[in-house]
Amino acid sequence: MVFQNLAEKLQATFKKLRGKGKLTEKDVQAALKEVKLALLEADVNYKVVKDFVGKVQERAVGSTVMESLTPGQQVIKIVNDELTQLMGGSKSELEFAAKSPTILMLVGLQGAGKTTSVGKLGKYLQKQGKQPLLVAGDIYRPAAIKQLQILGERLAIPVFTMGDQKNPIDIAKAALSYATSNNHDLVILDTAGRLHIDQKMMDELKGIKAKINPDQILLVVDSMTGQDAVNVAQNFDQTLGIDGVILTKLDGDARGGAALSIKAVTGKPIKFVGMGEKMDALEAFHPDRMSSRILGMGDVLSLIEKAEANMDLQKALSLEEKLRQNEFTLEDFIEQMEQVRNMGPLDQILGMIPGIAGANQLKNLQVDEKQLDHIAAIINSMTPQERRSPEIINGSRRKRIARGSGTSIQEINRLLKQFKQTKKMMKQFSDMSNGKMKGLRKLPFFN
Amino acid sequence: MIDFFKGKNAQEQEQLKVEKNEQEGFFSRLKKGLSKTKNDFINQVTTLFSSSGKINEDLFEQLEEILIQADVGVATTIKLIEELKERVKQDKISEAAELSSVFKEELSRLLQDEATGLDIKPGLNILMVVGVNGAGKTTTIAKIAQRYKSQGKQVLLAAGDTFRAAAIDQLKVWGERVGVNIIAQQEGADAAAVTFDAIQSARAREVELLIVDTAGRLHTQKNLMEELKKVRRIIEREAVAAQTQVLLVLDATTGQNAMNQAKIFNEAVNVDGIALTKLDGTAKGGIVIAIKNELGIPIKLIGVGEQAEDLQDFKPDEFIEALFSE
Ligand SMILES: Nc1nc2c(ncn2[C@@H]2O[C@H](COP(=O)(O)OP(=O)(O)OP(=O)(O)O)[C@@H](O)[C@H]2O)c(=O)[nH]1
Ligand SMILES: [Mg+2]
Repeated sequence: MVFQNLAEKLQATFKKLRGKGKLTEKDVQAALKEVKLALLEADVNYKVVKDFVGKVQERAVGSTVMESLTPGQQVIKIVNDELTQLMGGSKSELEFAAKSPTILMLVGLQGAGKTTSVGKLGKYLQKQGKQPLLVAGDIYRPAAIKQLQILGERLAIPVFTMGDQKNPIDIAKAALSYATSNNHDLVILDTAGRLHIDQKMMDELKGIKAKINPDQILLVVDSMTGQDAVNVAQNFDQTLGIDGVILTKLDGDARGGAALSIKAVTGKPIKFVGMGEKMDALEAFHPDRMSSRILGMGDVLSLIEKAEANMDLQKALSLEEKLRQNEFTLEDFIEQMEQVRNMGPLDQILGMIPGIAGANQLKNLQVDEKQLDHIAAIINSMTPQERRSPEIINGSRRKRIARGSGTSIQEINRLLKQFKQTKKMMKQFSDMSNGKMKGLRKLPFFN
Repeated sequence: MIDFFKGKNAQEQEQLKVEKNEQEGFFSRLKKGLSKTKNDFINQVTTLFSSSGKINEDLFEQLEEILIQADVGVATTIKLIEELKERVKQDKISEAAELSSVFKEELSRLLQDEATGLDIKPGLNILMVVGVNGAGKTTTIAKIAQRYKSQGKQVLLAAGDTFRAAAIDQLKVWGERVGVNIIAQQEGADAAAVTFDAIQSARAREVELLIVDTAGRLHTQKNLMEELKKVRRIIEREAVAAQTQVLLVLDATTGQNAMNQAKIFNEAVNVDGIALTKLDGTAKGGIVIAIKNELGIPIKLIGVGEQAEDLQDFKPDEFIEALFSE
């Protein structure tokens, strides 16, 4: 919660630079300290954070960043790039065996969500035309077998079980021959949750692996896991050699820093994320989305890219200049509004803004594009003089503008009031920050 | 539909477990469960203090590193270190080695709470157990049932997780193993209705401890949190005279999100204490410190394994002592 809005913090860190005009190494360091804290708050492993920040630092002090007009945003972008890179670049697909059946084996700590994930994977791959067989290999936890049987029944996917008196290695072996003789081209094996330091139980997994030679061993990790995630992942990887990770319970509010840690220490990709308790709540993993989630900044990257593509830098700068001189007029106001609208549908843009992204608030936020049309119509019905000096707009002028724009006097009153407030706010902003993005958030229709 | 299960040779099993328990003793079990923690976390702290000579900024930085790696969290870590620095200044400590006992003292003070363990009074006690998915609720319930059963108390379980597949069966198996009765309806039934049934039954049979299992839910799921409130209201309405406690089960492997869990569950149903599970596995127990510091919710019990006897009262001093001892 503290770092809900990292981007804002970074902006604040950089605001001090306005007067100086240039970014020094020390400035970058201060900003990276914020990044470091945000990552730690998100449960990214301490050592991983250290390495990461070192890498970003190297890139960020380069001259292209330091001398750019928007160094703050550039640094955010580098952070996000590096984070996405670290998290696996692009998404990683499941691989299927050349010779049927493909065998998937799910492993992990107690309570991570293995059994549920077995069911979800079964459904996910069944939809892709596979004929899965689910195998109940957790003979230890009370009713674990029953749990998988119920899921299989709901999904109409066969479940192989031999009760809880047979050893899991034998169960796996028997399941494999059952699958082969019953035309299953996919076997998904559930295993009991275990601690990575439990030698006996880890040996059991090794035994299963040796016996059935799975095509993919997937480590199931709770997205709420803390610093220990690296130990867990490293142990499972060293003992078994994992091929990928399923990150569960991401429908909550965990930042999921474990994902980053695991990728960093094992190099193994996150393949799927669990987004709920329902059987269809399994999604392919998107590294870019995860990175901004970990940083708690919404999809800032896309926002910056959109702004760069659609906002005229020259215009933005002259706007800022006008603001500083207190010369910002309704003409500039409408121009800026148009620029923002060029970036795409407003609700989408709002969705990318930190603190708003993903929040339920978005649903309550009535983004009324029609209202924007009205504002445009009102301003267009003014005389150039009125646009430059709105204070001359008296009662009779208001009536005329209302008629001309097909709106009401109340709407005009509201607009003029908003404009006055905005001007004041933007003045404050331009005094303290150099970001064009910053201004976006304070436009009147975002309230 | 009400089911009663009674373990066949529960008596025997119990005897065995009690013996095993006594053999090993509280302290050694705790230590065994926490050995990972001790090695990774406190050993680091101890070596840090004893090997560093004079106190300097570097020392504090290393300490910060260790605390954060133990899931203590940034805010609490900063607070702890500031307090430590304050003490160093006040008491004019200059040797790093001296810091060790000062640090222990600070931690102990932070974790201190009058009432640890569960407070079971004469008459009907109702324990409602809540937490996110997979935290260890059902297992912890079995452990608590085992403990009070072996103390000769009349214990009853309510299968309030009517949502997760086979959750009811899981509790039934535990009921059988531990030798306590369970009140259950079918999957999909209303959890509040099951609780209602269980309370009536508890009254009729002069039960001393009724433990209500609930479905795991993420604290962010509004409607499910509402359902939990409803269960709590039923308990309050139907068992006015009973002593009701709400126990939040937290997985010690959890990082900073445990704080959100504690906050929101507390807001919804008023948590009386925390059971911290899986301390046998994670290398760090630091989240305990952060929770106590930031929320003031006491930690009552700790889980150090998967068996019915792997449950201990949370005792700050013993806990810290076990953490620090070689
Ligand atoms: N190592 C270890 N495992 C534990 C501990 N407590 C519970 N577990 C295991 O964690 C897993 C989940 O425990 P459950 O009791 O089913 O958790 P739950 O909170 O009831 O789960 P849901 O009802 O599915 O939300 C099981 O495999 C337990 O054996 C503990 O203290 N240590
Ligand atoms: Mg349960």
